Amino acid sequence: MAAPRERIVLAVLLAPATLILGVFFLLPLLIVALFSVLMPGLYGGVEWAFYHWNYGRIFGWADGLMEIFEPIYLQILLRSLGFATLTVLLCLILCYPVAFWMSRLPERWRLLFLFLVTLPFFSSLIVRLYAWLLILRPSGLLNQGLLALGVVDAPLDILYTPAAVVLGMVYIMVPFMFLPLFAAVDNLDRSLVEASFDLGATRAQTFRKVILPQTLPGIVAGSVIVFIPSVGNFIVPDILGGAKGLMMGNLIEQQFLSARNWPFGSALAMVVMSVVLMVLLTMVARSRRVRG
Amino acid sequence: MTALLEIRGARRRFATPEGGHIAALDGVDLDVGGNEFVTLLGPSGCGKTTLLRAISGFEQLDGGSVRLDGADLGALPPFRRPLNTVFQSYALFGHMTVARNVGYALEVRGVDRATYEREVGQALEKVGLSGMGARKPSQLSGGQRQRVALARAIVAKPRLLLLDEPLSALDRNLRQQMQLELKDLQHRLGIAFVFVTHDQEEALTMSDRVVLMRAGRIEQQGSPRDIYRRPRSRFVAEFIGETNLFSITVERIEGGLAVGRTAQGLALWLPAAGLRPGQSAVAALRPADFTLEDGDIAGQVSRSVYLGSDLHLFVRPNAGGPEIRVTARDRAGAPEVGTPVSLGYDPAAAHVLEEA
Ligand SMILES: Nc1ncnc2c1ncn2[C@@H]1O[C@H](COP(=O)(O)OP(=O)(O)OP(=O)(O)O)[C@@H](O)[C@H]1O
Ligand SMILES: [Mg+2]
Repeated sequence: MAAPRERIVLAVLLAPATLILGVFFLLPLLIVALFSVLMPGLYGGVEWAFYHWNYGRIFGWADGLMEIFEPIYLQILLRSLGFATLTVLLCLILCYPVAFWMSRLPERWRLLFLFLVTLPFFSSLIVRLYAWLLILRPSGLLNQGLLALGVVDAPLDILYTPAAVVLGMVYIMVPFMFLPLFAAVDNLDRSLVEASFDLGATRAQTFRKVILPQTLPGIVAGSVIVFIPSVGNFIVPDILGGAKGLMMGNLIEQQFLSARNWPFGSALAMVVMSVVLMVLLTMVARSRRVRG
Repeated sequence: MTALLEIRGARRRFATPEGGHIAALDGVDLDVGGNEFVTLLGPSGCGKTTLLRAISGFEQLDGGSVRLDGADLGALPPFRRPLNTVFQSYALFGHMTVARNVGYALEVRGVDRATYEREVGQALEKVGLSGMGARKPSQLSGGQRQRVALARAIVAKPRLLLLDEPLSALDRNLRQQMQLELKDLQHRLGIAFVFVTHDQEEALTMSDRVVLMRAGRIEQQGSPRDIYRRPRSRFVAEFIGETNLFSITVERIEGGLAVGRTAQGLALWLPAAGLRPGQSAVAALRPADFTLEDGDIAGQVSRSVYLGSDLHLFVRPNAGGPEIRVTARDRAGAPEVGTPVSLGYDPAAAHVLEEA
């Protein structure tokens, strides 16, 4: 038990963080949780009455009069989860080999490349996504290049497809995957790899039994950091996905800003949050087991 | 009979950041017998680790060959070489239990469950770690980790075990205990050990043969006694244990003995073998070769260093020249600083270096 004095010091030191988290994270979360079981007001806002149909609309027990069950919400949720998973996997496949390659570079090259990885943060996300719009559209750079090279006869319709959404998501998420992954790979003790070879393990065995488990914390951290914002992202589908690329983030955004149904938006947000939490907890638990 | 390991003309150069080259191995020939404990000894940077890594395959040679049982290892990647290594930092797999660490070489070979369990159990027993198999390496002491590394390296019964300064992280007591255990283990396993150290005491205690390296070459090799008693050069004499070196000119030969004289006029008796009058040479005498009485080198104790059971005395010869280091028992009546002594020695113990 800490001495009273130490406890006061601790309280003072923790106060700002507690305050900020309390006011800007916990309180809004509680408000959303509360709104999700209230009745939508006629012109936005809420009526102060308990109302579980918000969840009914998503999961199938709506009354069919005022609120109608639509499987589309669950479909959009599943699609969002699928896209987020795909984004995580693609980021991993892209970043893992590069992390190994970079960790072997001499110090100054490594710093330069690390700087390059963070370079996108220096410009606006929206601007960068509009740049992709210009690249991907039928008369864009990509199609011009492909046509000029004779790879295709007619412009490809990439823009406003799920592929464009995933491409955009991977593009904005790569640095978030790369940094924790690189930290883990760079920390990997090379003598462990040598020990594995020395004991007769092939390259594949060494990768599976030593390198992968040793870098797993970085893989998990990167995946979590990429997965969470990917599920709720609405900017990329907005700009690159068109109407067909509707994702959970867009749906929630619409409920708050266009449909002005705050309770239903809140219910959707709570569902997304619960699912993401469950996914994360299983992931962390499983990686614990792998590392033993 | 041919040797188990045959290294011929091993060369390896590294580019230095300054733009030059350094020859980490500069033409090394070495044979290791099937049941031999060979120690690679030498100052930091002389190429010991590089030689070991050339044997295990982690370093490619620029020239020369490494053969095991007559088969050239040159083209084999490390994981195909039938030998194992104990790493200096142990390199234990932190995400596996002790037992799985030890069994790793068997696991990757895909041996059946029963054999696996039995061999892992035996290996753990050999290093005195039975019952610790379920722990994680992080839950062990330094000495225990060292043993796990050892058990892991011997579980697949290699013909040759390479050890790169495996004891350097241990404290002195544990190190001495492990030295004896290692030697004992090598004896029981009946396999060859190539052991790297830069601790000359460790090399003398453990080895059948000491290989002293210097700047990428083998300076001298031989039994510990050989290396200690008959150093070839000044470098060897000074690297292995304490020694007194005298630069002398041979005055005359009398019977089997030669009389040499230092520049300061100090006379020394030496075995005459190979010496001619007028020749200059360097003679070595170990501190323990001297007695403090009835000798013909008169001098005075100038310093005395306490070593436990022994005293290390520095004697300034009356004739002049560098101080002579002498070992004496620490007992009542041992000379104090300032006491006059007359150092004696058996001329047969004096060793003339081949190379000055
Ligand atoms: N990968 C490398 N790149 C450049 N130079 C190297 C490399 N490995 C070793 N060297 C150089 O080769 C020489 C021999 O190195 P080595 O590691 O074999 O020495 P050592 O005898 O094991 O020394 P120590 O007792 O300090 O471990 C040293 O001068 C070292 O700087
Ligand atoms: Mg070394």
